[in-house]
Amino acid sequence: MSPINLIGGLITSDLRMATPILLAALGLLIMNRAGLINIGCEGIMLMSAFTAVAATYALHNVWLGMLCAMLVAGVMGALFALLTVSLRANQIVVGVAFNTLGTGLSTVLYRMLFGMDFVSVKEYAFSRVSIPGLKELPLIGEALFDQMPIVYLAFLLVPVVAYFLFRTPTGLNLRSVGENPRAADTLGIDVYKMRYAATIAGCMLMGMGGAFLSTGLLNSFQEGMTANRGFIALAAVIFGKYKPKGVMLATMLFALGLAVANLLPSIGSNIPYNFVTMIPYLLTVVALAGFVGKVTPPAAAGKPYKKG
Amino acid sequence: MAKILEMKHITKQFPGVLANDDVNLSVEQGEVHTLLGENGAGKSTLMNILCGLYHPTSGEIWLEGQKVRFSSAKDAMNRGIGMVHQHFMLIPSLTVVENCLIGAKSKSVVKLDLAGAAQKLSALAEEYNMNLDPMARVEDLSVGACQRAEIIKALFRGAKILILDEPTAVLTPQETDELFNMVRKLTNSGFTVLFISHKLNEVKEISNSITILRQGRSVDTVKNEDLSVNELARLMVGREVDMTVTRHETDQSKAMLTVSHLTLGHPSGNRLLNDVSFEVHKGEIFGIAGVDGNGQSELVECLTGLRKATSGTAVYKDLDLAKSSTREIMKKGVSHVPQDRQKSGLILSMNLAENMILQDYYQPEFGKGPMLNWKYINEYTDKLLKDFQVKAPSRFELAQNLSGGNQQKVIIAREVSREPGLLIAMHPTRGVDVGAIEYIHKRIVEERDAGRAVLLVSTELEEVLKLSDRVAVMYEGEIMGVVRPKEVTVEEMGLMMGGQRREAPQAAG
Repeated sequence: MSPINLIGGLITSDLRMATPILLAALGLLIMNRAGLINIGCEGIMLMSAFTAVAATYALHNVWLGMLCAMLVAGVMGALFALLTVSLRANQIVVGVAFNTLGTGLSTVLYRMLFGMDFVSVKEYAFSRVSIPGLKELPLIGEALFDQMPIVYLAFLLVPVVAYFLFRTPTGLNLRSVGENPRAADTLGIDVYKMRYAATIAGCMLMGMGGAFLSTGLLNSFQEGMTANRGFIALAAVIFGKYKPKGVMLATMLFALGLAVANLLPSIGSNIPYNFVTMIPYLLTVVALAGFVGKVTPPAAAGKPYKKG
Repeated sequence: MAKILEMKHITKQFPGVLANDDVNLSVEQGEVHTLLGENGAGKSTLMNILCGLYHPTSGEIWLEGQKVRFSSAKDAMNRGIGMVHQHFMLIPSLTVVENCLIGAKSKSVVKLDLAGAAQKLSALAEEYNMNLDPMARVEDLSVGACQRAEIIKALFRGAKILILDEPTAVLTPQETDELFNMVRKLTNSGFTVLFISHKLNEVKEISNSITILRQGRSVDTVKNEDLSVNELARLMVGREVDMTVTRHETDQSKAMLTVSHLTLGHPSGNRLLNDVSFEVHKGEIFGIAGVDGNGQSELVECLTGLRKATSGTAVYKDLDLAKSSTREIMKKGVSHVPQDRQKSGLILSMNLAENMILQDYYQPEFGKGPMLNWKYINEYTDKLLKDFQVKAPSRFELAQNLSGGNQQKVIIAREVSREPGLLIAMHPTRGVDVGAIEYIHKRIVEERDAGRAVLLVSTELEEVLKLSDRVAVMYEGEIMGVVRPKEVTVEEMGLMMGGQRREAPQAAG
């Protein structure tokens, strides 16, 4: 393999690996900006990864599978909002419960439906959409112009979310709820409604990420297959300093570790595979320990709001 | 003139508290109408009802002759009611114009029109002589500017009735004058201003009419010119108040606390305290005045061992307070009435007896071997509660169930009963009723008369000037000057509070 092909392949693989994490991280970012910390992302991604495979298998359509996964994630989001916004439960505790629930429930449901069989949905997989001409470009052609539609969508969402948060009235209202809900309340914003909406939308993005992980990357569901990508997404939000572009770069950096690990066997390297797969998690630790410089989270993040 | 607003028979019942009880308020268009009342008289509740944040249990609101019902803050805003809350409702990380646009109706759902709104704000600011940059981030603004931003925000949202909730609490006298000029300008242009306050002099200065609230009820509505300050005070408190303090001659020749060149750095590079030097003498009340947040908290924390100063000394009985632990300092006979009685003065979920021995529990008198001597502690508590006129059902009452004034008395009792050589009291009367203020002032002066050194930190200028023998004014971590209350005018104090230095501090006589 020529070095150009090698690096090209690495970028292609990086973007693809980054996609589920990026989708989840954008969802977390929206929630965070509205003042909610959802460490249950992992559980929601697992549930939707499972739902996507099961629904794709039943409906013979990977898009419908993804839609079902997003609906399940949306319902989980509504539950999260009910517990943390209306009932003002501790968000971290509810998040932990969601992770445990997601891991357990996705495994149980998968075994109930398919037993110990390996179910592949490869025949319905997303097809690549390539742009003729541009695809032939060296180095970046394949990475940027020959990907599955969800990959394009995920990266297109970055400017969309950025525009929404910082350039639209609703985005301003959402941020104000995450910074100072009481002030937002005095200005006539329904804090609860805004937080419900952000949670449901955010969780649906996580669901999309989970669905892409199973039906897009592996064509199957495996127990615990998210392998902590939900937590990596959480770290990416902090690493990216709560800005969509930063979050995107952070997920690409994290995914690079996964991409390199995937590449190693094919080039016959004798660096242990497990060692390279550690990289994203090490970066996560670094990010969460606050080594990324001054990051100011939304002032009201994680705090329940009580009206009146 | 026409009645623009009437609130009739408003009652608001909170669980366990009747905050408003049959309150009536009638406001004319274009006037400054003051709601006068003590803390807890129900002023803020009434205004929160008016701006749609609370729903009254019963009662009616009439606006311009029409009966209205507000189900949310948005409703009230749409009907032209804008409130400037005592604690600013601004988001520090956003710009002024962004703050104004939060929750506002927008022509486009897709595009936030920052430039257009900024232009409107500049025009409004110019019209009412306000100095304000719409593109400035709120976190970079001074307190006065934040308040202007709040007022502009309300005007921008179409307020015709402007509610100012204790707006002068955070201002220097000069800033207050500026605010009042702004208020006059607004009322001349047809706006109506509802002014909430308990400071009688200010009320006298700015109001057209005054409605007095006491214990949740509206006592009376009067024209400003009809009543004197004293009569207003009587109506507000419900009895004659004697706010004069009598003080005796004391021997003030001996310095008890000598603070020299005390400096406290901050990681960001600016100094929270910069070269602070002063002496507090025996038998003297040394006051520290200044607008909140100019280093007073840091100074007190450095003197009580809660923070370590970067450099400088504060010597009390050959102990350098700036380098000692809190326990060492307390053992030497320093008492501390902390600035926030609920956060650092008391443990709210503990009962009064427990709170009384918070710092001295380890002293032999409270112990019986390794155990606490509850019999003695209970007697001790009962005696203090009686001596300091704390109104509480018993010593087993939890601190959280006491009123602010009584909580403060518990702290004063605990600190004063230790017979300290130096009493450091910060905001001792903040947010307590007039009765408690009277009592606390008396106790502090008694301590002085008994030959103790008292360091009194307060943002209430009147209080500092009335009680202190000498007063230092702090501004941005520095002392602007030390003066004797009798030899200084409020204007001069105001200038110092705003950062103007006064020549050489005078020594104590």
